[in-house]
Amino acid sequence: MTAPVLQVDNLKKHFPVDSGLRSSKEIVHAVDGVSFSIAPGEVLGLVGESGSGKSTVGKCILRLLEPTAGTITLQGTDITRLPRRRVRPLRRKMHMVFQDPYSSLNPRMPIGRIVGEPLRMHNLVDGSQLERRVSELLEMVALRPELRHRYPHELSGGQRQRVAIARALSVQPPLLIADEPVSALDVSVQASILNLLKDLQAELGFSCLFVAHDLSTVEFLCDRVAVMYLGKIVEMAPRKELFVHPKHPYTQALLSAVPVPDAKAQRHRQRIVLTGDIPSPVAPPTGCSFHTRCPVVQERNRIEEPQLREISGQGHHLVACHLVGPNGEAPDITRETSHAQ
Amino acid sequence: MTLLHVSGLSVRFRTEDNPVQALSDVSFALEEREILAIVGESGCGKSVTAMSILGLLPSTAAISGRIALEGRDLLTLPRKELRSIRGKELSMIFQEPMTSLNPVFTVGRQVGEVLRHHEGLSRRAARDRAIELLDLVGIPAPQRRVDEYPHQLSGGMRQRVMIAMAVSCDPKVLIADEPTTALDVTIQAGILDLMRDLRDKLGTAILLITHDLGVVADVAERVIVMYAGRKVEEATAEELFEHPQHPYTMGLLAAVPRLREQPNGERDRLAEIPGMVPSLSAPPSHCPFAPRCSRADELTLSELPELRDVRPGHAVACFHPGDERTYS
Repeated sequence: MTAPVLQVDNLKKHFPVDSGLRSSKEIVHAVDGVSFSIAPGEVLGLVGESGSGKSTVGKCILRLLEPTAGTITLQGTDITRLPRRRVRPLRRKMHMVFQDPYSSLNPRMPIGRIVGEPLRMHNLVDGSQLERRVSELLEMVALRPELRHRYPHELSGGQRQRVAIARALSVQPPLLIADEPVSALDVSVQASILNLLKDLQAELGFSCLFVAHDLSTVEFLCDRVAVMYLGKIVEMAPRKELFVHPKHPYTQALLSAVPVPDAKAQRHRQRIVLTGDIPSPVAPPTGCSFHTRCPVVQERNRIEEPQLREISGQGHHLVACHLVGPNGEAPDITRETSHAQ
Repeated sequence: MTLLHVSGLSVRFRTEDNPVQALSDVSFALEEREILAIVGESGCGKSVTAMSILGLLPSTAAISGRIALEGRDLLTLPRKELRSIRGKELSMIFQEPMTSLNPVFTVGRQVGEVLRHHEGLSRRAARDRAIELLDLVGIPAPQRRVDEYPHQLSGGMRQRVMIAMAVSCDPKVLIADEPTTALDVTIQAGILDLMRDLRDKLGTAILLITHDLGVVADVAERVIVMYAGRKVEEATAEELFEHPQHPYTMGLLAAVPRLREQPNGERDRLAEIPGMVPSLSAPPSHCPFAPRCSRADELTLSELPELRDVRPGHAVACFHPGDERTYS
């Protein structure tokens, strides 16, 4: 087996919060023991709702946040504790695309400089070649090279996100970290950016950590998917396996909550509506962190924390739930919720 | 019976550069107890439609047409009378529940304020009624929650408080502008159920403004599709999703990635709509979708298509409507 591009082991990120009047410091357990790896050329989707910690994982890997514990290994090098000055060269190996193409581009720089900046920073291309390379990069993301003289405010949201993608891929990084790259865009623009990302990934073969809340875009783009809840991965499996045979009650509920754009199908579909909200990451529940909202909760789930374990014979399907049998027998949560109504 | 009748509504914003024609000749009716959705992408005019009905457009807007709520034209009504209708007969919820609630007052006081203003309830009676309302919208432990502040509630709970406020005076029409866009899917499902439930219990008609076709498919009974400030298609929800007629509607439906419907091939792609939305400062005199449409011809590029019925109860503004088969 080839060595993974990225290996994350037991990553934790805790934020201390001042709780106002009380003198005791409280701790937000944003990421609480996350492990996964990404193989060369693989797209891993990290999906979860707000507060699940998915973006924090991405930021820790990029070293935009300092991890509290755990190790992050990029192409065989432990980068968890690299000093600041040695983080910068890492941007050649991993680059990022963010959600909001309005705030992630410098409004005072013309597009050509924005796209060429990483190349200049890393002295990858000498001056005479820079312009030609920038034009190539713009063409790669289907933008006219003439746009390099324009400023971000003159571009549409979709065009701006293409600029951000061209900038990220300019250094040909082995790993791209994309945090909700299409969720601020309109449906028709979203489609073209998703197609572009898919084409570029197939063409250039980079690995990608795709952080998103939208399950359908994750299914479209990713080879493997990890589902996060309250700072932990609760289920991880190859795309098809996860979407067709979800095991964890949370994954099942999440999938059933996505409305399908088809009135007839949507109305005849059995939906699982979870009650309650995501608990506070300051004081996560004991036992299984999902037990407060789980429709099939049992006494054991409240006390004992389930570990992420592989289900035998299901092709690398991992799940953290006491109620999933050793051979992947999943609890039927639709029946339980329809009783409740 | 028709509750709300919008006819020939046009809105033009004066700006420092060119005026922006945000809405052009939009007409529709909202029937009693109905859930009608207006769907479209940014800039299509869906929120401007909601704002004009509520009388909340800024003074730079020039509005023409007629918006009649049970026969009274809201556009010509004096401000004072409009204020007595708004929040009572006509109420609203918005996308971001945190910014629509006042952070320094308890939720009970804010829900109660509506009741004291419109129904003249005493402070105590308003509080009691607020507890009932919080219970109605599915907030657990309403006796305790009534004394809490907005920051103590989650996003989903805040939106429930907004809904409690909106339905407090038993409105005839509820306008919901992207009510679930800021919420997570598992929370969204609960809010959509609540809206349907309130319509069934209280009989409130709902005008739902959204960009999300999944949300439309879930709750709407009838759908209006808007593009570049115009209504381009209208039908019942089931009809629209099964037999979309306008190439723009078809394009939108094909552009959405769908769960578990993606074939396994590595190279499959989503359908794209080429080009961009036309500028509203120079709206074309022909079909606004023509430059992006594969069916566009000389007629499409010279004239504006009128809305016409192509199937029972299904209107479309297109010279070449229908699916690929009927068209080719």
